[in-house]
Amino acid sequence: MADKGYLPKEKIKEFVEALGKDAAVYAPCLEGDTITFRQYTPDKEISLDRPANTPPKGAIYPQCETLLSFEFKKDAATPQKMDVELKANTDFPKAVVFGGRPCDAKGFTVIDRVFVNTDTADPYYKKRRENTTIVTKCCNGPYAGCFCVGVGGGPASREGSDVVMTEVDGGYYLEAVTEKGKAVMSLPIIQDGSSYEAKAKQANEKATGAVRNPFPADARISPELFDSGDFWGRVVEKCVSCGACTFLCPTCYCFNITDEQAITTGERIRSWDSCMFQHFTLETSGHNPRPAKYKRFRNRVGHKFSYYPEKYDGAIACTGCGRCIRYCPVSVDISEIVGYLKDPKADPKQWAADKKDAKN
Amino acid sequence: MTGNENPYLPELATVMKVIDETPNIKSFQVVFNDPEKMKNFKFEPGQVGQLSVFGVGESTFVINSPPTRMDYLQFSVMKAGEVTTALHGIYEGDVIGVRAPLGNWFPYQDMKGKNILFVGGGIGLAPLRTLILYMLDNRADYKDITIIYGSRTPPDLCYKDDLKEWEERSDVNLILTVDNEFPGWEKRTGFVPTVLKEEAPKSDNTIAITCGPPIMIKFVLQGLAELKFPEENIITTLEARMKCGIGLCGRCNLGHKYICKDGPVFSLKQLKELPSDE
Repeated sequence: MADKGYLPKEKIKEFVEALGKDAAVYAPCLEGDTITFRQYTPDKEISLDRPANTPPKGAIYPQCETLLSFEFKKDAATPQKMDVELKANTDFPKAVVFGGRPCDAKGFTVIDRVFVNTDTADPYYKKRRENTTIVTKCCNGPYAGCFCVGVGGGPASREGSDVVMTEVDGGYYLEAVTEKGKAVMSLPIIQDGSSYEAKAKQANEKATGAVRNPFPADARISPELFDSGDFWGRVVEKCVSCGACTFLCPTCYCFNITDEQAITTGERIRSWDSCMFQHFTLETSGHNPRPAKYKRFRNRVGHKFSYYPEKYDGAIACTGCGRCIRYCPVSVDISEIVGYLKDPKADPKQWAADKKDAKN
Repeated sequence: MTGNENPYLPELATVMKVIDETPNIKSFQVVFNDPEKMKNFKFEPGQVGQLSVFGVGESTFVINSPPTRMDYLQFSVMKAGEVTTALHGIYEGDVIGVRAPLGNWFPYQDMKGKNILFVGGGIGLAPLRTLILYMLDNRADYKDITIIYGSRTPPDLCYKDDLKEWEERSDVNLILTVDNEFPGWEKRTGFVPTVLKEEAPKSDNTIAITCGPPIMIKFVLQGLAELKFPEENIITTLEARMKCGIGLCGRCNLGHKYICKDGPVFSLKQLKELPSDE
């Protein structure tokens, strides 16, 4: 089968079911007004109309997962002695992330650098990532708040995807990006798509040209711009530290580890955490390296636009999906803040007048 | 650790001995249940480990026994939160989990042929202890060794047997202090940074290594700067709230460095190059 395919719109459900023959398919499903990634079952309604409210991050990096289970054991001969048995499972079934956007697929590549490309790789993420095929839908144009082009991506970017789909003529033009993608293209449901290639290219270019770029040059922030506590105090004045920006982010990966136990068995569980929470860095002694909201916010922006790029050859840990802007309950806009810091005419010191707000 | 292991999976270990160091600090001497693991275990002075009490959680502690004495690994724990309280309920013979070694270590090879100044406060002596014992086991490699150590009160001094031994040795200069006068205490009184100022050790060909409560470290660093110690010759070891211990969970960063993996040992020069949380 060719690397270029076509799928009529009405066959989407059938396609997803074919993908699901030997894998769990995570697809954007309509639930009331919300579109969120769920493991597909025939009773669910898939929607590709707009980017989902949530990224598909949880398909490979679940919000909660068991790292290990333990069992306390005793034997009759030595009743005073308690032994512990540990088990860890890193054997996961095959999966497909279907219908995410290029910013969502790129999000996985941001996490890969931290979780896979290291001498202490995370075996849970790594195995799921290897077992997952990513079939991405390119965007027809920008959505409120998004700015993928400003952070090195684009509405038709291939980065992180195995297959990309572009909307054309009542259906989708499909292109394999990787070997895993070629396997998808060999499904009998995929028709030949060579004749749609030019049209898809045109659609991709049109969409790319329509996305805003809030940054004059690249998006990387130099560490010196982080000195002004006054500036950061002012920008986070309205932030309510709810953490929605981090939970809806396709690149945020911070986590917590906690134990749960019932009688003689228990589990060690990893769950998403948020650097926007005060207790994230709170130490038992009461000391907290980031006790103030502005310090936590500065660290979040700094991580994405300065510290991560410092460590990974300039790569930005933000894919411009715009979710943190769209769903922030108080409309904090990260693109505005980074754009301001990148503006050569801007002077963060001008915020000094608002000094009283800096310590909140 | 090699890339093929599950870095979250602790090694089971048995607590062989529990030592009451102070009213709220206990030391645990542990041995891996798998004798092969124990035989092949390698670490460097300053590296840390995560101790697990299954059902309660994990916390990070420095391995404070030296790699030159491998009969057991020793960790010291101040009772403060959930995991440390659970550890204080551990008896000899109990099984805990250990993930180690984690993090970097003291650049002890670069310290050969130099004078060494240790400045510690309270349980901050734990990471210094591993290096002190390592150096005493390789005494000829190092020149003068001075240890300034203090705690709130005499009962709060850790490793009393070690202190006694170091005090008796002619090749170690040990200066002990407690914050205030205390019945029966005939040695110095005063905060560690003040004693450092009074002692005014020479900075020539000397490496200073300090660990203690954040406020003590702050003033010790100031004091060392006044004594003209170059920033690259001032070494400290940091702590932070940690979960994974392998640079992934995101909470112990200083800019792009993670205390758990890139640290915990940093020179003052390295720290000054990182964005501060001020």
